[in-house]
Amino acid sequence: MTAAAPTPGTQIETVPLDPLPQRIRDNVRTGNLGSWPVIVALLLVVLVFSQTAQNFWSPANFTNIITQMAGTCLIAYGVVFVLLIGEIDLSVAFVSGVAGVVVAELQLPTGANLPWFVCIFLAILAATLIGVFQGSIVALVGVPSFVVTLAGYEIWQGAILKGLTQGVVTIQSGKINGFSNYFFSTDWSWLLAAGVSVLYVGGMLGSAFAGTRHGIAVRDPIVLALKVVVVPIVAFVVVGVLNKDRGVPFGLLLMVGSLVIWTFVAKRTTFGRHVYAVGGNAEAARRAGINVARIRILVFAIAGGMSGLGGIVLAARLQSVDLNAGGGTLLIDAIAAGVIGGTSLFGGRGEIRNALIGAALISTVSNGMFILGYDTGVIFMITGLILLVAVTFDTVVRRLQVRSGR
Amino acid sequence: MTDTPLLELRNVSKSFGSVQALTDVDLEVRAGEVMALVGDNGAGKSTLIKCVAGIHPMDDGEMFFDGQRVHISSPKDAAKLGIEVVYQDLALCDNLDVVQNMYLGREARNGFQILREPPMEAKTRETLKTLRVTTIRSIRQPVATLSGGQRQSVAVARAVLWNSRLVILDEPTAALGVAQTEQVLALVNRLAEQGLGVVLISHNLHDIFETATRIAVLRLGRNAGLFERAKVTQEKIVHAITAGQPTKVSGIAATTDGAPV
Ligand SMILES: Nc1ncnc2c1ncn2[C@@H]1O[C@H](COP(=O)(O)OP(=O)(O)OP(=O)(O)O)[C@@H](O)[C@H]1O
Ligand SMILES: [Mg+2]
Repeated sequence: MTAAAPTPGTQIETVPLDPLPQRIRDNVRTGNLGSWPVIVALLLVVLVFSQTAQNFWSPANFTNIITQMAGTCLIAYGVVFVLLIGEIDLSVAFVSGVAGVVVAELQLPTGANLPWFVCIFLAILAATLIGVFQGSIVALVGVPSFVVTLAGYEIWQGAILKGLTQGVVTIQSGKINGFSNYFFSTDWSWLLAAGVSVLYVGGMLGSAFAGTRHGIAVRDPIVLALKVVVVPIVAFVVVGVLNKDRGVPFGLLLMVGSLVIWTFVAKRTTFGRHVYAVGGNAEAARRAGINVARIRILVFAIAGGMSGLGGIVLAARLQSVDLNAGGGTLLIDAIAAGVIGGTSLFGGRGEIRNALIGAALISTVSNGMFILGYDTGVIFMITGLILLVAVTFDTVVRRLQVRSGR
Repeated sequence: MTDTPLLELRNVSKSFGSVQALTDVDLEVRAGEVMALVGDNGAGKSTLIKCVAGIHPMDDGEMFFDGQRVHISSPKDAAKLGIEVVYQDLALCDNLDVVQNMYLGREARNGFQILREPPMEAKTRETLKTLRVTTIRSIRQPVATLSGGQRQSVAVARAVLWNSRLVILDEPTAALGVAQTEQVLALVNRLAEQGLGVVLISHNLHDIFETATRIAVLRLGRNAGLFERAKVTQEKIVHAITAGQPTKVSGIAATTDGAPV
């Protein structure tokens, strides 16, 4: 009524865009630092280790770090979604273990002996359904997610112990083991770098172009240009280094593919928008007609499904599952990856890519310290400290934001 | 007037546990009028409009829209009828930017649920311009960085962005400066001129007398009078707010010549 829909091509008066420095100041003020602090930390860590740890700075070790972080990173993508709606999922590690057990049991040549893709599908399905189950209790009954998923932590750990009566199951399917141990040939690796670059540049320029058609000027053309140049360079450098070893590991493809898909879902779809809305102000989302319970259940389903995928990669890395599946520091690492990467524990703020950056930092730190000969105990303590620093940082930033807002 | 009212509420009751927030409240809004809803703190004004908006289900009572009996059980139902509400406790997501808030829950999308940002951005810019909201630096900045008045402007703009038929504003000027208040009041008048029904809740009688066609008074969760603005004084309204007797009537009260019905 007040304003007729703008007809395409209508020249809309260009409003002066806020200059980049102003935007940066706004982002600092509102705690939208994103992943910059971690990227800086990661570069520092790499610099220190490359000077101190022998063989750290080698293609083989680079490949190692990537295959080590793949499982954690995939799980952490789901964790970021859960954190975005202001909830927590403490069950992800053992849910991933359940998926590993399902895959291992179903592929057994002496048992079910199902085709590899059926095993994988059923394992991810099982993990997703666990997410739906836990999410429904959170969303429909209103039990705090902390408690529901803490119960899940115990339940799914029990399920793993119960499911592995024989203690350990070896995975004999080469296809399944390939989820962690397959490497693309040099040519395919270059092709993947090219594919990612084209996708990224196309996506960025495409949306900028769509805006200009509606009379919306490109915001920060310099930043856009930088991104469009830097990302392909990074892609080709990474592949170049990996090609010096065995090529691109399948786990990297999973990490990058999932990153692209989930970033698209989070940023470009109504579902993603509603995820951020629920995390920012659930009551406002409800009043806007958003089905908040549905969003919450779907988010827990994503967390479950990604845990399942991560669990398969972890099982494939060991080419077996045992009673430790999903145990150890996996839970802490997965949640820390999301939080360290810059996703707020208070909901509504964060990006999917934070999981990748956070997982990279954690893996690099433990890899480097391991090479330097530190005990596992020390590595745990350092990882814990990094998590503490990240969460403290988040809290302080949030306090600053509250003080500056309204 | 003989035409059917746009919105008609009959005998609406609502309690929160042991707190009886509303008892047998009637309210009528015609298209093209500004119905002011006044009452002391806790009189039940916000509760009444939240019942209309589908936020709280009403315990008892009937609601008619365009003369049709309707049941509203969720905010979506209300939006479908063309009822838009600006809430007193602003319903904005701080982490989202202005455009994202304006379109929250009703994003422009294609068949695959993929967002279409450019039209949303363009229309937001245009709507803010027609409302003469000029102080917002960028419509892509998160709402958290806006001042109280700017946030209020966004909330009002969101309500008029849609082809609404009834706009309900719960204390829309409470956080606003003089100039912004004038603008919102002018906007309220413009909405009514365009044939929409408007419900304006305010504690500021000056604002009310500047815009309202009729004034409904609530006291302690009951109707305490219905007045024609042109035929009533501020003193009478103040008296009804603070000491008005419940006007227990069945059905909808007819407009009278200034006396409580
Ligand atoms: N969600 C709720 N739960 C319990 N009681 C409520 C709730 N909302 C409102 N009430 C009660 O209902 C009564 C009416 O509240 P309401 O918010 O409708 O008043 P109001 O007229 O809008 O007041 P104000 O002018 O202060 O905004 C009050 O006694 C309040 O305590
Ligand atoms: Mg109120």
